Amino acid sequence: MSWEPKIVGFLCNWCSYRGADLAGTTRLKFAPNVKVIKVPCSTRVEPAFVLKAFQFGADGVLILGCHPGDCHYVEGNYKTMRRLPLLKKMLAQLGVEEARVRLDWVSASEGEKYAKIVNDMTEVVRALGPFQPNNKEGNNG
Amino acid sequence: MAKLKLALYWAASCGGCEIAQLEIGDKILKLVEAADIVFWPVAIDVKYKDVEAMPDQSIDVCLFNGAIRNSEQEHMAKMLRNKSKVMIAYGSCAHEGCIPGLANMFNRQSIFERVYLETPSTVNKEKVIPQTRYQAPEGELVIPEFYDTVKTLPQTVDVDYIIPGCPPEERTTWLALEALLSGKLPPKGTVITHNAKAVCDDCPRERNVKKVKKIYRTFEIVPEPVICLLEQGLMCAGIATRGGCGAPCPQANMPCTGCYGPVDGVIDQGAHFLNAVASVIDSNDPVEIQRIIDDIQDPVGTFYRYSLADSILRRARIK
Repeated sequence: MSWEPKIVGFLCNWCSYRGADLAGTTRLKFAPNVKVIKVPCSTRVEPAFVLKAFQFGADGVLILGCHPGDCHYVEGNYKTMRRLPLLKKMLAQLGVEEARVRLDWVSASEGEKYAKIVNDMTEVVRALGPFQPNNKEGNNG
Repeated sequence: MAKLKLALYWAASCGGCEIAQLEIGDKILKLVEAADIVFWPVAIDVKYKDVEAMPDQSIDVCLFNGAIRNSEQEHMAKMLRNKSKVMIAYGSCAHEGCIPGLANMFNRQSIFERVYLETPSTVNKEKVIPQTRYQAPEGELVIPEFYDTVKTLPQTVDVDYIIPGCPPEERTTWLALEALLSGKLPPKGTVITHNAKAVCDDCPRERNVKKVKKIYRTFEIVPEPVICLLEQGLMCAGIATRGGCGAPCPQANMPCTGCYGPVDGVIDQGAHFLNAVASVIDSNDPVEIQRIIDDIQDPVGTFYRYSLADSILRRARIK
């Protein structure tokens, strides 16, 4: 079987998960590569979650939250907005390509945007190839 | 009661842990009253073959400091594990890789090239790079194999306790030794410290604002004496680091760098620290956020100064 990108999608309960739901109920066709995990807020996604996703075999991590200003918890998504660029800067040092982690905003009415982001990211990660956390350099001996 | 048999060993480390062990001062007399030191390369002349000849489980306690960076260290870790009833990772290198673990940003080839070929002070016209075996006229010479990846002691052998720190504070060392001497050992796997909460719990500085517009390196400002260092824009790891040291660094105007490792329940100290730093950034504007983040020159070296080898990813990917 040919390799397919595995992407873990952390979707905020209030906007992005509903946006994904809308993409489904409107019967949009989009790539099946994002495995969705519903979280209360995009800021629930600790940096360690992203690292763990890679550790357990993800090729990419997608984090979607409410648009800035629209957070159900008022400012959760602003915290995500501060955290992700710092995490990406650190991941770049560790040899993780920047495009493997993506943060974007999807509202409950943006089913089409959700489908487009999923398709885009799937193709980007496909082009990068499988993620190997400890490639051959990681083996001792 | 028979005296305890104690072994001490060093692997990839700087020698600071040996000094820290002597820091217990005159309490060392209490130690030698209750324990015989059977192996301690830094101080007594016992050869590897003497350790090999000891029966399994014949050493009561082994204090092992240093990370595992080559085959000799791995061999000694495994041998001492077999010979010892209790194996203790002493100090940050054995616990979580520490500074030697930062070599996991590179691999053997790039380290050898840097050290033996590229450094400005190196003269190596024949481009000699260490080989594990060499046929000399007098016979074959063998040296340990240098690994691509630095491992921690718990990644190499089963470890019973951890004494954290770079190096462990005197009070932490003695806390562990007292527990050993009195036979009142905590549950297996315990990281032995006076305080399982974060360094902030020991730190007298005041926390209140949590808003930072600029991040400073330590030489760039003289910090105000009362307010939390993180809130003054210094990268203080206290919030992501196990306490028990007594917070000497922040009390001397130096930010905590994280040497006691993560607090209980946290598996990745660097990710935890990164998260804390991101949360004090005071901006909702992506451009300004990026500018503030750009002040952090070396995120891996800042967040994982002691724990890269013990982090979730363990090392950088090298293509």
